[in-house]
Amino acid sequence: METLTRPLAKIGRGTVGALSGMGYAAMLLVESLYLAVWGWRLGQPLRLRAVFEQMRQVGVDALPIVCLLAFTVGIMLGIQFVSALGEFGAQSQVVIAVAKSVTREFGALITAILVAGRSGSALAARIGSMTVSQEVDALAVIGINPVRYLVAPALIAMLIMLPLLTVFADAVAIFGAALYSAPALDVTPSAYMLQSMSLLDPGDIGQGLAKSAVFALLITLIGVSTGFSVSGGAEGVGRATTRAVVLSICWIIVADMIFSFFLNR
Amino acid sequence: MTTAAPLIEVEKLEAWYGKRRILNGVDFSVNAGEIRVIMGGSGSGKSTLLRHMLGLNRPVSGTVKLFGIDLAAASDREKLDVRKRIGVSFQGGALLTSMTVGDNVALPLRELTNLDEQTIRIMSRIKLEVVNLGGFQDLMPGQLSGGMIKRAALARAIVMDPRLLFFDEPSAGLDPVVSAELDELILRLRDALRMTIVVVTHELESAFKIADTITVLDQGDVLMTGTTAAVRAADNERIQDLLNRRPREIQVDADDYLRRLVGTGA
Repeated sequence: METLTRPLAKIGRGTVGALSGMGYAAMLLVESLYLAVWGWRLGQPLRLRAVFEQMRQVGVDALPIVCLLAFTVGIMLGIQFVSALGEFGAQSQVVIAVAKSVTREFGALITAILVAGRSGSALAARIGSMTVSQEVDALAVIGINPVRYLVAPALIAMLIMLPLLTVFADAVAIFGAALYSAPALDVTPSAYMLQSMSLLDPGDIGQGLAKSAVFALLITLIGVSTGFSVSGGAEGVGRATTRAVVLSICWIIVADMIFSFFLNR
Repeated sequence: MTTAAPLIEVEKLEAWYGKRRILNGVDFSVNAGEIRVIMGGSGSGKSTLLRHMLGLNRPVSGTVKLFGIDLAAASDREKLDVRKRIGVSFQGGALLTSMTVGDNVALPLRELTNLDEQTIRIMSRIKLEVVNLGGFQDLMPGQLSGGMIKRAALARAIVMDPRLLFFDEPSAGLDPVVSAELDELILRLRDALRMTIVVVTHELESAFKIADTITVLDQGDVLMTGTTAAVRAADNERIQDLLNRRPREIQVDADDYLRRLVGTGA
């Protein structure tokens, strides 16, 4: 009997753990948004300096790597579409195929995965080590709400910078595709870029931006909730960091699929 | 010691970690101006009691009142009001490692007051002088020794001039000389700044040196509260075991142990 109930109990515990994790993340979201807007009335104002610092770390510092990856993905898409559409004699559709797939899908996805690996893990590690060394407790007893101090600036910075990085990644990816595809299509790269811009409508860019805002929420909330839940010293911090990255990437892909299902059918 | 209204009132406090009961309806109070030491062995529940007094844990049942305010029922503003009147020195210091010592000490002033930067800097330097760390404000916590970290944490704890100061294991991990210096510092703070001080420790020498009164905890129960002399003279086997460092006899039931080991019972 026990061999039957033990796996069920494990599934049950896992489900309860996942639900409680989601509930905790939702609570952190509500509290940090509330404190960001109304904190000054409670004597807990949003730390603008911390927001700018986080924006630099999440956004500006990530520019080179986002640039490199977006450029590579752009070239890769150019190669694939020129080859695949060429088989059907539809090479003229390469520009629109690349433009739409980058702005609707790849720009936001690649940027989010990169930021999850860079900033989501850093957030989990930082808050995790602060939890282990009682720094979070110290903030609380001093009278500084840890959510206001640690979560709200990261959340606001991520909500601003991830969409901006996504737009940047879109432009760089299309530029990468232009460099590869323009000779194959017998146009200049600048003509390719201009044609891409004329073929895109605001809805395409908007779709990527909406996704990136949701990804920003996911990366931040998973990073901070994992960090706050750390136990077990330095080893626990390491485990939490890995967990934050894996969970973030999984949820980003699931959320992306849900978005695509509702917006592109 | 004064007879003013208690600053801390703990009534019938129970705490659980999972299925394990940590505090069994603890009652005690701390009067203004006294140094109360909460003493007990590992697993006695003293750290859990401290976390409840600091409002970091919510009571399962019972109440914890600081300055007459029930922390579990208080509004955010009331809680903030209480927190501005308490200071805490954590076991490991809990200095924010991303900030200099000076910024750590200044943190409560920067976040909770509208003082100008010049005043904040002067006030935090004064507190660093009080704990004999003048001139160390530009160092990072990682550049300090264990004793210096504890003193810097103490400077942060007293920077808002709290009425109530908590210490969690102030002597833990320190050599006897540094530990004695810290004890002297605690006594000086009480005398000079008229603070009420609660110290959680298992260091007997330190406890008897600084305490006005001692509360002895054992397995989640308050065994007694009294003066140092009364605790020394206590006619209680567990207290005497603790004072004389006599290990408790552990009786192990072999069958029960085996059941717990293989996870099939108990």
